[in-house]
Amino acid sequence: MKIHEYQGKEVLRKYGVPTLQGGAADSPEAAVAAARAIGGSVWVVKSQVHAGGRGKGRFIGEVDDDALDIAAAGGDAPGKGGVRVVKTLDDVAAAARAMLGNRLVTKQTGREGAIVHKVFVEQGCQISREFYLAVLLDRSVGKVVVMASAEGGTEIEEVAAHRPEAILKEWGDPLTGLGAWQARKLAFGLGLTGKAVGNFVKLAQGLYRAALAADTAMLEVNPLILTADEQILPLDAKITFDDNALYRHPEYQTYADPNEVDPQELEAAKYDLSYVKLDGNIGCLVNGAGLAMATMDIIKFYGEEPANFLDVGGGADKEKVTAAFKIITADPAVKGILVNIFGGIMKCDVIAEGVIAAVRETGLSVPLVVRLEGTNVEMGKKIIGESGLKVIAADSMSDAAEKIVAAVRGV
Amino acid sequence: MAILVNKDTRLVVQGITGGAGSFHASQCKAYGTNVVAGVTPGKGGTFFEGTVPIFDTVDQAVRATGANASMIFVPPPFAADAIMEAAEAGVALLVPITEGIPVRDMLPVLPFLRARGVRMIGPNCPGIITPGQCKIGIMPGHIHKPGRIGVVSRSGTLTYEAVGQLTRIGLGQSTAIGIGGDPIIGTKHIDALQLFNDDPDTDAIIMIGEIGGSAEEEAAAWAGLHCKKPIVGFIAGATAPPGRRMGHAGAIISGGQGTAEAKYAAMTAAGIHIVRSPAEMGSKLAELIGHRV
Repeated sequence: MKIHEYQGKEVLRKYGVPTLQGGAADSPEAAVAAARAIGGSVWVVKSQVHAGGRGKGRFIGEVDDDALDIAAAGGDAPGKGGVRVVKTLDDVAAAARAMLGNRLVTKQTGREGAIVHKVFVEQGCQISREFYLAVLLDRSVGKVVVMASAEGGTEIEEVAAHRPEAILKEWGDPLTGLGAWQARKLAFGLGLTGKAVGNFVKLAQGLYRAALAADTAMLEVNPLILTADEQILPLDAKITFDDNALYRHPEYQTYADPNEVDPQELEAAKYDLSYVKLDGNIGCLVNGAGLAMATMDIIKFYGEEPANFLDVGGGADKEKVTAAFKIITADPAVKGILVNIFGGIMKCDVIAEGVIAAVRETGLSVPLVVRLEGTNVEMGKKIIGESGLKVIAADSMSDAAEKIVAAVRGV
Repeated sequence: MAILVNKDTRLVVQGITGGAGSFHASQCKAYGTNVVAGVTPGKGGTFFEGTVPIFDTVDQAVRATGANASMIFVPPPFAADAIMEAAEAGVALLVPITEGIPVRDMLPVLPFLRARGVRMIGPNCPGIITPGQCKIGIMPGHIHKPGRIGVVSRSGTLTYEAVGQLTRIGLGQSTAIGIGGDPIIGTKHIDALQLFNDDPDTDAIIMIGEIGGSAEEEAAAWAGLHCKKPIVGFIAGATAPPGRRMGHAGAIISGGQGTAEAKYAAMTAAGIHIVRSPAEMGSKLAELIGHRV
């Protein structure tokens, strides 16, 4: 589960990590009140969307189409971005007004943009240097790694691609955590000196502890800044939680923002279906994540694109299959459906009954190919065959893919 | 022979009285697996299906029955603890089926197992089967057939797909392992390849990977240098978009890492025979070893 920057900073403060003062607001008035509470004479007004690249983002309606295209490509377009430095309370209000309710187009949102429902007003500060720091799992060694780079503000993917040696890494020990000596290695590696070294050590160890305590799958601070008075502070905070651990953090479950999730994916989550919307035209209903991905791949192999990833899971019943069917058919781009089931624990006859019930309930306006294999396959095929519904039966994955591709092409 | 499990394997089932645990303990028993004990804290002294003794702790079960493998069906919040209990009790092979264990819980588990010389398959896996001898897991036994092909995969049903294709064309399996879809797992592709390479009863291998992480690349690099047996490779998720988790906790392309293309490239460079269509895993392997369909 992803959360917003202002929520991420709330999480960090909970574990003793220092942040700049700030407040979230959903109206220009509330933004001004937040700025007043912070005090000072410089504030930063930041759009709260899950997508990255907000600074270079541009708002639909505020700039022309060419500028939006540049923003979507990640370039420097003319106009103002999704993060603005302001020096008067009137400008705080104006920036909030320009952002709230409008669509921000960034490199990660695509051309349609993401609606800004909240802004975060933060105290301004004097930045002398910017770094990158992230805490995440290194799967190859089964340890949590702290990655740091002196190229703050730049996306880590770019640094990794062009200058991998510029990324410093230290692995926390599962028993003892991130040692101060490890944090010092990072600090000196980044070229810090004097008081800043100690401040960095405190912050890196704090972030490491927060990542473990809060069960984050990803904690990214980009940029981490060195201020003019040698403080080290997270200027941004991107947190993704480990969904499997959310049960022990009920307080973070309220951070979920339905505005940031595709409505069909929200619906799927209600039925415990694993669904990801894609751009193609062939809907897939599959049991098992690996087989579901392989089904998407074979659709592409035969020349069409999958409309979704959908894993009905190991214990799917009629209700779940029906829900899955409705979610797939609710996507107007879907021109055909491929059901691919390899029955193990899940019996093919149960799936067949589920498919028939779903089709009877929701109707069928597009071609449907069903491939069943495994436990009780003959019973399953018989149920489909005798249903009288227009279902195209397939014997293997390739047969199924060829048939659905031919059907959507009207061959 | 095959690898890791055979007719001499003595299985304890942790969580044997739960819904999934009892169902699959029964299925494994019916397949012929030597299920010698069950563990459910508080149910010690009772019996499963009238014959399998249930114990309160794994330690008791091991002492009384000599169990040397454990199938674990304990719910996610308690699973890491159950894994360590079995390791400390001296069980040599652990197969946690449980899906959804928090990563933080698994972090100390790996060094804990390593210190005790214990092998783990999974978690979040379908398990391991040596056809005709021993099935530890949730896979449908009847699709398998004893033979000389090793199968290793991160997924459940996609493993069944590969096995089904092999069986259909008359190629049996020495052992099939589903290593699990989580980011932290006990046995990786590279470990399975090493075991199959050393197994005199395995002639060729199907290796199935998926997007996320770099385990397939590491396995391919090893295979290119050391594996004497032909390998067919498939990677699931060539069409998956970056940054989206595809069902499995570990199936995500992040920071440009873990793409199917990178894995295919590493496999090709290592001399692994890749297939782009998952329907061709079996037929490609048959072609490689000169098996006539």
